[in-house]
Amino acid sequence: MQTLNIQTQSLLDSPIPVIVVRDLNHYFGQGQLRKQVLFDINLTIYAGEVVLMTGPSGSGKTTLLTLICGLRSPQEGSLKLLDQELLGAKQDQLIQARRQIGYIFQSHNLLKSLTALQNVQMSLQLHPHISGQERYEKATQMLKAVGLGDRIHYYPTDLSGGQKQRVAIARALVSHPRVVLADEPTAALDGKSGRDVVNLMKKLAKEQGCTILMVTHDNRILDIADRIVEMEDGTLTSRKFVNNTQNPSI
Amino acid sequence: MQKLFLTRNIPLAWLQLKREKSRLLVAMAGIAFADMLMFIQLGFQTALYESNTRLHRTLNADLVLISPQGRNIVNLTTFPRRRLYQALSFEGVASAEPLYTDFVDWKNPQTQRKTSMLLIGFDPEYSAVNLLEVERNLHKLKYPDVLLFDRGSLGNYQETIRLIEQGKMVSTEIRDRKVNIVGLFLSGASFAADGTVITSDLNFHRIFTNRSPSEVSAGLIKLKPGTNRQKMAEALRRYLPEDVRVLTQAEFVQFEENYWATSTSIGFIFTLGTIIGFVVGVVIVYQILSSDVSDHIAEYATLKAMGYRNSYLLIVVFQEALILAILGFLPGSAIAFGLYALTRNATSLPLYMTMSRAITVFILTLMMCIISGGIATKKLRSADPADIF
Repeated sequence: MQTLNIQTQSLLDSPIPVIVVRDLNHYFGQGQLRKQVLFDINLTIYAGEVVLMTGPSGSGKTTLLTLICGLRSPQEGSLKLLDQELLGAKQDQLIQARRQIGYIFQSHNLLKSLTALQNVQMSLQLHPHISGQERYEKATQMLKAVGLGDRIHYYPTDLSGGQKQRVAIARALVSHPRVVLADEPTAALDGKSGRDVVNLMKKLAKEQGCTILMVTHDNRILDIADRIVEMEDGTLTSRKFVNNTQNPSI
Repeated sequence: MQKLFLTRNIPLAWLQLKREKSRLLVAMAGIAFADMLMFIQLGFQTALYESNTRLHRTLNADLVLISPQGRNIVNLTTFPRRRLYQALSFEGVASAEPLYTDFVDWKNPQTQRKTSMLLIGFDPEYSAVNLLEVERNLHKLKYPDVLLFDRGSLGNYQETIRLIEQGKMVSTEIRDRKVNIVGLFLSGASFAADGTVITSDLNFHRIFTNRSPSEVSAGLIKLKPGTNRQKMAEALRRYLPEDVRVLTQAEFVQFEENYWATSTSIGFIFTLGTIIGFVVGVVIVYQILSSDVSDHIAEYATLKAMGYRNSYLLIVVFQEALILAILGFLPGSAIAFGLYALTRNATSLPLYMTMSRAITVFILTLMMCIISGGIATKKLRSADPADIF
């Protein structure tokens, strides 16, 4: 019945799953000290969705995030990112997977020796088919889109917190990734800047049709989500559906 | 032009170095200092060897025969003169002349103090050294008990030199025999002797009554034009008995250098000095690079998370090392150039910047920076992208 439901839906809205997590378990430590941090995680995220993950600190949100983006190797279960199985993937495949994701970190993590423009270009430089001229144009455009068109040659130290995070968003989105992963992107920002930043993220992501998975503690921004999942003690416990989600099944 | 710069690959290594101006300057100063040390040490070493082999270089010979027992020019020991006649039997040999050398105590004509000099004697019909002043004065050596004096000798000789320059004769004593100085030439002091005096073979034996003319210190062989030195040296080695060594002039220079390099601590001291310069450089560059890596570790982790490979980061660190090597070498060699000129004027040591030494030091600088870069990259492993979320 459920299968039928999904198939019908896919015919209607063609929801393409971009992240598929099945029965994922993860452990830290070895031998006696081995401790399970993720328990039977099941999660499917479809193209174009904005999914927020909340939960107390230490509940395993970030661990799940690092697994999804190929920064850690999965140990048990199945984890597919853009149809690529990451369980047992080689280092090189993980690196390839990472290049298809846009990241926004808690602190902006910009390279402080580079200007805003150069920081954004670094992200494009990973894709050899993009020429230098294109890199320059795309990066400039992207910085204009985040409202920093007049500051493209500024160094991060000369930008405010919100501006830095906007450069980070430009860096994450400039190569048109199909998935954007964000870890508390508003944590270091005041209320208004935080709001601006997530609105911007959502707007740009929708324009590019990309999927967002965002870990956050920030209650003020929950309304941007299509769906909210909650992590507690290594288990995905509850799923709230905020908007009229086209993909209720997980 | 601006556009061109904006559209090429981002030179991360250079931009990172450039961003930290004071660190870059400290690194450049450190490398320049290390390079300067190496230049000075290597320069002095070469200069000292060269000042000891000035006479060897001026010898008028293609091949030099010496006794296998010989240690250096003042201790050549002897071999039978017959070997020279044997050498003359070869088609390519134009002449084979004996050279007599020995160490003598002589009395400084000005101060009456005794010092050690190198006395060399040869047939004045044939100039054994390619020095214009010697050749001009050769005819004077045909008189008994006369000699030519090295104006570059260590010690107080200004008055003596002045008198001889005026054409006067100055008398002194060698081994209780009265001799007259009739001319001057320039060669210079060495480690072995405070200076050189030249006389005829006959006068040499008048002074060294115990030495026989049939036992020579060295044989100077001139080859006919178009004869291959190496081949002739080989042929002589095969033909002549074991009691004589056949060297080309360059090998004879090397023979002397080798003596001073191995039998004295000169080689060791200067090599040690060079190594110290090298190690100082490695330590400085390592300090700079490792603190640079530490400062950027979060950024490097970010780059890894974005999908940059570890090799990209390794290349960045080595590029920084390379840039530092070049930026430090330039002022380092400029300072050394100035110091060489300063030392040359103060000591009359033949201290010159040579291309080969510049290349040697540059290669050492590169090695220095690559070693430091290699150690600094160990820190890159702690750039774990999983830690930055």
